[in-house]
Amino acid sequence: MAPPPDHRRPIKRAAISDQQRRREVALRLQADRRSDAQNRARQLASSVLSLGPEPATEPEVEPEQEMSEASGQLAGRSDFDPVRAARLRGPEVRKWFARQLMLPEWMVDVPPSLDRDWYVFPRPSGKRCFVVSSNGTTISRLRNGSILHRFPSNLPNGARAKDVSGPASSYSILDCIFHEPDETYYVIDMVCWRGYSLYDCTAEFRFFWLNSKLSETGASDPPSQYHRYRFNVVQIYECNLAGLQASYSGQVPYVKDGLLFFNKHAHYQAGNTPLALVWKDNVCSQYVLDTDSKGQIPSQQQVVLELQNDGNLTTSDDPPVALGSLSRDLIAQSGLRVGNLVRVAIKDERMRLVDGKLDLGELQLVGKTNHSRAFADTYSKVLFQHAARHAPLRIEDLVASIQSNSSMDNSQALDVEMEG
Amino acid sequence: MALEVTQILLNAQSIDAATRNHAEESLKQIQEQNLPAFLLSLSAELANNNKPIESRKLAGLILKNALDAKELHRKNDLAQRWLSLDLATKTQIKTSLLQTFSSPVSDARSTAAQVIAKVAGIELPHNQWPELIGSLLSNIHQVETHVKQATLETLGYVCEEVDPQVVDQEQVNRILTAVVQGMNATETSSDVRLAATRALYNALGFAQANFTNDMERDYIMRVVCEATQSSDVKIRQAAFECLVAISSTYYEKLAPYMQDIFNITSKAVREDEEPVALQAIEFWSSICDEEIDILDDYRSEYTGDSDVPCFYFIKQALPALVPMLLETLLKQEEDQDQDEGAWNIAMAGGTCLGLVARTVGDEIVPLVMPFIEENISKPDWRGREAATYAFGSILDGPSPGKLAPIVNVALNFMLAALSRDPNNHVKDTTAWTLGRIFEFLHGAAVETSVITQENCQQILTVLLQSMKDVPNVAEKACGALYFLAQGYEDEGSVSPLTPFFQDIFQMLLFVTHREDATESNLRTSAYEALNEVVRCSNDETAPIVMQLIPVIMLELHQTVEAQKLTSDERDKQNDLQGLLCGCLQVIIQKMGSIEGSKYAFMQYADQIMDLLLKVFASRNATVHEEAMLAIGALAYTAGPNFAKYMPQFYQYLEMGLQNFEEYQICAITVGVVGDLCRALEDKILPYCDGIMTQLLKNLSSNQLHRSVKPPIFSCFGDIALAIGENFEKYLLYAMPMLQSAAELSAHAVSQDDEMLEYTNQLRNGILEAYSGILQGFKSSPKTQALVPYAAHVLQFIDTMYGGREMDDAVMKSALGVLGDLADTLGSHVGPLISQSSSSKDLIEECMVYDDPLIRESAEWAKLAINRAVSG
Repeated sequence: MAPPPDHRRPIKRAAISDQQRRREVALRLQADRRSDAQNRARQLASSVLSLGPEPATEPEVEPEQEMSEASGQLAGRSDFDPVRAARLRGPEVRKWFARQLMLPEWMVDVPPSLDRDWYVFPRPSGKRCFVVSSNGTTISRLRNGSILHRFPSNLPNGARAKDVSGPASSYSILDCIFHEPDETYYVIDMVCWRGYSLYDCTAEFRFFWLNSKLSETGASDPPSQYHRYRFNVVQIYECNLAGLQASYSGQVPYVKDGLLFFNKHAHYQAGNTPLALVWKDNVCSQYVLDTDSKGQIPSQQQVVLELQNDGNLTTSDDPPVALGSLSRDLIAQSGLRVGNLVRVAIKDERMRLVDGKLDLGELQLVGKTNHSRAFADTYSKVLFQHAARHAPLRIEDLVASIQSNSSMDNSQALDVEMEG
Repeated sequence: MALEVTQILLNAQSIDAATRNHAEESLKQIQEQNLPAFLLSLSAELANNNKPIESRKLAGLILKNALDAKELHRKNDLAQRWLSLDLATKTQIKTSLLQTFSSPVSDARSTAAQVIAKVAGIELPHNQWPELIGSLLSNIHQVETHVKQATLETLGYVCEEVDPQVVDQEQVNRILTAVVQGMNATETSSDVRLAATRALYNALGFAQANFTNDMERDYIMRVVCEATQSSDVKIRQAAFECLVAISSTYYEKLAPYMQDIFNITSKAVREDEEPVALQAIEFWSSICDEEIDILDDYRSEYTGDSDVPCFYFIKQALPALVPMLLETLLKQEEDQDQDEGAWNIAMAGGTCLGLVARTVGDEIVPLVMPFIEENISKPDWRGREAATYAFGSILDGPSPGKLAPIVNVALNFMLAALSRDPNNHVKDTTAWTLGRIFEFLHGAAVETSVITQENCQQILTVLLQSMKDVPNVAEKACGALYFLAQGYEDEGSVSPLTPFFQDIFQMLLFVTHREDATESNLRTSAYEALNEVVRCSNDETAPIVMQLIPVIMLELHQTVEAQKLTSDERDKQNDLQGLLCGCLQVIIQKMGSIEGSKYAFMQYADQIMDLLLKVFASRNATVHEEAMLAIGALAYTAGPNFAKYMPQFYQYLEMGLQNFEEYQICAITVGVVGDLCRALEDKILPYCDGIMTQLLKNLSSNQLHRSVKPPIFSCFGDIALAIGENFEKYLLYAMPMLQSAAELSAHAVSQDDEMLEYTNQLRNGILEAYSGILQGFKSSPKTQALVPYAAHVLQFIDTMYGGREMDDAVMKSALGVLGDLADTLGSHVGPLISQSSSSKDLIEECMVYDDPLIRESAEWAKLAINRAVSG
């Protein structure tokens, strides 16, 4: 009986042996795991979880409550690496995220080339927060690191559902403002998407990515069982006259709280940056002047500053700016400790510039701030609040700046034409 | 300067071992001392009609082996050696070979024909011996019959040996003319006619141009069809073999001849001798192969069509073809189920019927059902077996919707037959058919499975009972259980098998211990079924699988301890060790993947590792491979803890990497190095010098099977990713290798699909190496060391993109490398990447791809490049 021809498998004989299958399974697993390892490497190193520019030297804000235990483990450690950052748990995470938001400075004067290099949009009124989706859940954290919501969402890996693309542990991080009246997260920036960091990308690119990627996920769908809150993208304008006009007086579905300006070329940078600016007046915001702890506008400007061990009171800028000091007696008397945030009132007539620096002169202690506050005021905020009380920067000034820019452009264009 | 070699050649075939060894030694010595003289003597011996046929044949054989070898590198060496011989020697040898044609001894002529083909195989591609074909054909009409026969035989061998491109069309025309004339019915010598028919079989690949010419094609087809009617059975068989070859090579030219071919084949299937009938059935199987491929292409989403249109020959022939095939099913042989290699008309007919079902789908069902109904209850076992076989054969192809109602009715009948039919053939085929039912009509992919919670228990009871039946029936029952379990692989914790796990394992282990377990492949089948049941275990059944571990370990331990075995026992021992290691591999993989069982499993790790290390003492390739795979799985499950086994394991790892000859072991070991890298991460560092040295050595060797090269490159990436900047010291060696391989593969012109696939595997390996190295160096102060290589990497991707032959895997890897370059080297390469012609286009193209993995890689590249350019 002759055997069958080489290429002809008798139908009763198995197509492949289990041994061949074991071999193939092993090869497939190896390929999958290699690609997992590559993905992990790609997502880790230059991710948002790197500690920012100078992690080791940044002075630690000593918080008043339970955060203290984490502080020693985080900052002041030069070998802190992103791999470990990804494994942070509990209070460390909270502490961590408290430092990751990009904080706009207040616009005290109009930057040059506003119309060419900047975007503008009306800022939604609400709670600024980081929204992180990973491992089947979505968590929003306020500026002080505490959790606002934990919920399922349509963001990547934001709910327990089968997501075919990418590992479940890859995370996405959005910079949002939670707007209470319509329970919507307004997304103002994208920091990380499916594990890939946009941290070092320009605002121009981040906004492009934000607009194209968010719509793919269904995150803007109305709320449902597996998508507790809606995520909306804020309409962003080129900062020309039309864009400024639309932002300033156009209708938006949310309560406005001033205007935000983003420099197109700036990367996402944790902490205060002059490349993102906030401006407001009474037309586009209900809250131009700061209120005190009772919600009233005090007669004198009040400022929140941080007490240093030399008695100086400083802003939350990096490096901090000392705006005045408290006497040792007063510190002892009121039971203040280094690192406390204190509210002080300024006597207007005493505020002056010394060698180009603001000196508030004698400060009147109002009291300690409440616990949830994590940061002192910034220098630019103090200046903006002061200007708002005395000689505010008006919308007309912004318009005038843009017009002068464009007329300059015109004259240049004209020059070119004449030369030709 | 011919040496006297006759006696040595005769001694080399002596029954006395000492004489034989001495002669072999002498031959070796002569060859080493003076190769030209040695070869000349052999050719002279072969040509000399006064010498005994035994010494002439061996002379020819040694000559042939001096020109060709199986292993590619050796084949190339021998070809080079022949080409570098002096012209006079070569001419004289060739003359002797051609002279041998006139020898009255047919064995001598035939041997000479084969040697000439080998010489032609070496010389024709180098444009040497251009006169060969001409001189063979110059006087084909005048020569004696036996010379004519030898000439045609030689032409056949030459066509088998050389590439069609090497021979110009004019010579092809002359060859085909001579061959087809030799086949013609007017040729009176059947030796000549047979040689011509066999030569045509090899020459068909050269006839592309002739087959596009209607007149020439008609002529060739007529001669072939006439030869199928020859009175000589060998000629009929050779002619049908030609038809089979034509059906796959010239499928699209067959339409005008199909009616005639159908008549010829169906007569042969019904009336001719078995070897001829088998070829006639094979013709239809081959047509099915073609149409299945074409229809697959039609369905494929990528191309959407095929180069060759489908002529639906099978569909058209269906009403006559199916009855013809069904008839063959009744021609079973008594002992066919016991014989592993058996092949007869009934088996070929069923196989063809299965292919027809895959070709036409639902349409076959109504044509087969009456046959089944008529025969399934016949008193003669042949009827019952044929009916069951027909049913089993058509289960792959028709839609589950069409088959399910029939299967639902048949299932109980089948189960009863498996338990109670008095005939072993019927039970064998019934168990096989049940397996096919489970394979194609059950499982997550099938919308409505024919297996329910209710009938599952009954099925299991019957299958387990049948495992006590005769070996061939028990073997089929194990196979059926394999597919039953496979259907539950994705089932989770609600699998209906859950309550029976213990019983199943017990029965399968019992089967492996049957005294007759080595018959009919029974033991292998039982372990394969065991593996499959393990694969579909879950949280709930994991503890039962865990109990299996000590049992399997004990078995493996016994094989390791066994002493003083005969070579037959040794073979069986090796088979068993391979099966046990395979089983352990599957258990390790499964237990490692179930979170709750991983910890409990790790308690066995030390003992398992200990055993596997002992298994390496075996010299058997399969056993090594299986043990290596099991160790890879263990490393992945153990993670960094595997480091403690490395000191003992390392020597075997190195041995595996050095094993060129059994290249599959080498390839598997390279893969395990990857597993180890991911498990140990930087703890693999102490072993990297040794591993890298061996891998680099392998790459530089021309003896390494080419299929191992791509995984070695990927492995570079695995190592670099694990040890990071410590890879720096290997850059000097690894990078030039990657660069030259990249150069070659980027410009490779792929003549066929197989070559294209290999080229893409190679590219993928190279890209994975670059990715691993780049990512490994990320955030390291030594990143600078990679900057000089960036331009070349980009150029590599540019060239591939320009060539437009990247498959999806290569595309994905290339996107990854673009991103990795930007991510690791940042502003150092920002401008370079911006200049790269392809990077932007490739990324934009892939951003809108259907495959989410490719889209994601494109996004990654775009992001990383954006950061690099703006940073």
